[in-house]
Amino acid sequence: MAAQKQEKSVIWDWLTTVDHKKLGIMYLIAGTLFFVKAGVMALFMRIQLMYPEMNFLSGQTFNEFITMHGTIMLFLAATPLLFAFMNYVIPLQIGARDVAFPFVNALGFWIFFAGGLLLSLSWFFGGGPDAGWTAYVPLSSRDYAGVGLDFYVLGLQVSGIGTLISAINFLVTIINMRAPGMTMMRLPLFVWTSFISSTLILFAFTPLAAGLALLMLDRIFGAQFFIPSMGGNTVLWQHIFWIFGHPEVYILVLPAFGIISEVIPAFSRKRLFGYTAMVFATMIIAFLGFMVWAHHMFTVGMGPVANSIFAIATMTIAVPTGIKIFNWLFTMWGGKITFNTAMLFASSFVPTFVLGGVTGVMLAMAPVDYLYHDTYFVVAHFHYIIVGGIVLALFAGLFYWYPKMFGHMLNETLGKLFFWIFYIGFHLTFFVQHLLGLMGMPRRVYTYLGDQGLDTFNFISTIGTFFMSAGVILLVINVIYSAFKGERVTVADPWDARTLEWAVPTPVPEYNFAQTPQVRSLDPLFYEKIHGDGTMKPAEPIQPIHMPNGSILPLIISIGLFFAGLGFIMMNMDNPIINPWIVAIGGLVITFGSMFVRSVKEDHGYYVPVEQVKADLKKGGN
Amino acid sequence: MADNLSQPFDKSAMTEEEKRQVNKEIRKQIVVFALMIFLTIISFLAVGADIVPRSFAIPFILLLAVVQFALQLIFFMHLKDKDHGWATAFMISGIFITVPTIAALMLLIGVVKY
Ligand code: HEM
Ligand SMILES: [Cu+2]
Repeated sequence: MAAQKQEKSVIWDWLTTVDHKKLGIMYLIAGTLFFVKAGVMALFMRIQLMYPEMNFLSGQTFNEFITMHGTIMLFLAATPLLFAFMNYVIPLQIGARDVAFPFVNALGFWIFFAGGLLLSLSWFFGGGPDAGWTAYVPLSSRDYAGVGLDFYVLGLQVSGIGTLISAINFLVTIINMRAPGMTMMRLPLFVWTSFISSTLILFAFTPLAAGLALLMLDRIFGAQFFIPSMGGNTVLWQHIFWIFGHPEVYILVLPAFGIISEVIPAFSRKRLFGYTAMVFATMIIAFLGFMVWAHHMFTVGMGPVANSIFAIATMTIAVPTGIKIFNWLFTMWGGKITFNTAMLFASSFVPTFVLGGVTGVMLAMAPVDYLYHDTYFVVAHFHYIIVGGIVLALFAGLFYWYPKMFGHMLNETLGKLFFWIFYIGFHLTFFVQHLLGLMGMPRRVYTYLGDQGLDTFNFISTIGTFFMSAGVILLVINVIYSAFKGERVTVADPWDARTLEWAVPTPVPEYNFAQTPQVRSLDPLFYEKIHGDGTMKPAEPIQPIHMPNGSILPLIISIGLFFAGLGFIMMNMDNPIINPWIVAIGGLVITFGSMFVRSVKEDHGYYVPVEQVKADLKKGGN
Repeated sequence: MADNLSQPFDKSAMTEEEKRQVNKEIRKQIVVFALMIFLTIISFLAVGADIVPRSFAIPFILLLAVVQFALQLIFFMHLKDKDHGWATAFMISGIFITVPTIAALMLLIGVVKY
C-alpha cells in the first residue's frame, strides 16, 4: 500500500519527525543540556564569589558568564523545558491526535535550537556577550561591546522566531483540536495556563524582535536609535526590553502554575479547588503582566507620578496570585495526600513562590527600590521566583509525566534524596542573598572586599550551590539508573490520575487516541472512574487514522536561518574569512528555497489502517 | 480508501457556490489592495511634491494611516467575517494591550510633538 509508513533509520526518524511526543522529548533533552551549561556557569560564578577578592575568574569572564547564564537560563533552558511538557501533554490532555500544524511544530524546535547554537558559538569568536541579559545600551552599543553581543542579538532573534511560531501553534491547537465535549471551561489548568502563556509570547516576543532589530541596525549598520550623541535615546531600549521582559517572567511562571495545578490535585485525591477562579486569575495576571514593565526602571528618573502608577499596578498582581495560592492550599486541605517526589516538589513550590512574591511586592515600593535596586536583594528575589517557582515546577512535572513519556518510573528514593538536597541547597544559596543585598552588596560584580560583613553569607551561598549541583547530579544518576532498573510501566494510569493523558496506553501510540474520546466533565478520566466504567467513551468508530509524514525541511530551514544570522554577525568581525553577505544571503536562499519546496510539493501524509489500530488496541487497551 | 486520498484531487472539492464566494472574496481583496496602494502613493506625493500645505501634511498622513489600518484589519485580518470569533478576540485583546502600552511609552519618554 502506497500510504504505508516506511521503515527508517532511528537517527533519520528523529531528525525528520513531526510527532509532538518526539518533539517534546527533543525539547526536554535540548533544554536540559542548556540548563546544565548555564548551571555550570552559575557554579563558577559562585565559586568566584566564595571568598573576597578571589581570582578564580577574571572580571571579563565573569561578565560573559553572567550574561550567558541569564540569557541561556531564560531563553534556552526554562522556555524549552516548559515547551517540552506542553508539546507532550497538551494534545493528550485535550484529546487530540497531534498539534494543529505538526510541520510548524518541528520547525519551531529546530529554529529555537539553531538560535541557541548561534548564541553559543560566541565563545569561539572572542568571547560571549558581556552586557548582562538585559543588554542595556550604551553598554551594548558598538563602542563598548564586541562581536559577542552580535551573537546575543542574532541568536535571540533566531531562537525567538522558533518560540513565536511554536506558541502560535499551541494557540491554534487548543482552539481547534479539542475532543468533543472538551469545552474551554473543561480544559485542564495546564492547558489553560499554556494557552495564556502562548498569548503572552505572541504579544511580548514581537516587541523583543523589534527591539533586537533596532539594536542590530545600530550595531551593524550604524543606525542611531539608542545613541544619545547622535540624537537617539538609551532609555528607549530599557522600555522596549522590559515591555517584553516583564511578560517573559509570566510566560515562564504561568505554565509552571499549570503543572502545580495538575500535580497537587492528582496527589491530594481531590479536584482542584476553585477551577473558574484559577482560570480568571491567570488571565488577570497575564493582562496586568503587560502593564507593569516600568517597575524595572524606578531609578531611571521617570518622575513620582509614573513611579507611583507602576508601583500600584505591580502590587495589584498580588491579588490574583494570592487567589491561586489559596486555591492550591484549599486543594490540599483535607485531601488524602501522597508525598512522592512529584508532590514534594509541587507542595514546596507554594511557600517558596510566596517568599519570592513577598520580596516582589517589597521591590515594587518605588521609594524603597532606590535602596534595593541592583543589589543582591534583587538576585535573591528573582531566583526565588525562577528556581523556587519555575524550576521546582519543572521537576514536579518531570517526575509526574516521566512514566508516560518514557515508560518507566524514576526511582523514588533517589528522587526524594534529590528533592531534599536541592531544596536545602536552594535556600542556603538564595536566602542569605536577601541579607547580602540589604547590606549593600551590588549585583553583577565579580568580586568584593573582605571584612565588610559580606564574607560569611557569600561563603554560605556558594556552599548552597554545591548542594544544588549535587542534587542535579543525583537526578542524572536517577535518570540513568531508572532507565535500566526502574519499575516498568505498561498500565495507562500509574498514578490513578484525573486527566486525559492518562487514558492513552503507555507507550503512547503515534496517533495518541485510537478513537477520539467523548469528554463529559472536567477531569474527564476521573469522571469516568466514578460515573462510568473507568474508560473513556469513544466519540467515533474505529477508522483509518490520517497522519502527517515526517520531513527534513524544518531542519534545513533552520540551518538556513542559522547561516543568515551568522552572516549578519560576521559583518562586525574584523577579518571574516568569507564575505558576510555571501553567508547571509546564502542562508536566506536556503531558508526561502526550502519554504518554496514545502509550498509546491504535495504531501498528503499516510493512513494507519484499521487492522493496525485494532491490533494496537488489543495490546494496550484504551 | 486510504490510497485514493493520498493522491492529489484532479477536480476541486469545492461546490460551485463556494467557488463563487471565493472569487468574490478575491475580487474584493484586490480592490482593497489597490486602494491601499493608492493611499500610500497619495501620502508620498503629499509630502514629496508639497501638494498639501506643510502644516497640514502630518495630520493628513496620519488620517490616511488610520484609514489604511482600518482597511487592513477589516479586509485582510478578517475582522468583517463571521466565524472568526477567536481571531477577532485576539485582535481586540492585542489592541487592548498595545494602545495603552504605546500611549504610556510615549508619555514616559516624552514624545509630545508628533
Ligand atoms: C540553580 C542554581 C542557580 C544559581 C546558583 C544561580 C546563580 C546566579 C548568579 C551568581 C547570578 C549573578 C548574580 C549577580 O551577581 O547579579 C545569577 C544571575 C541570573 N540568573 Fe541565576 N542561578 C541559578 C539558576 C537560575 C535559573 C534557573 C534561572 C532562570 C531560568 C536564572 C536566571 C538568572 C538571571 C536572569 C540572572 C541575571 C543575569 C544578569 O544580571 O544579567 N538563574 N544567577
Ligand atoms: Cu517585572
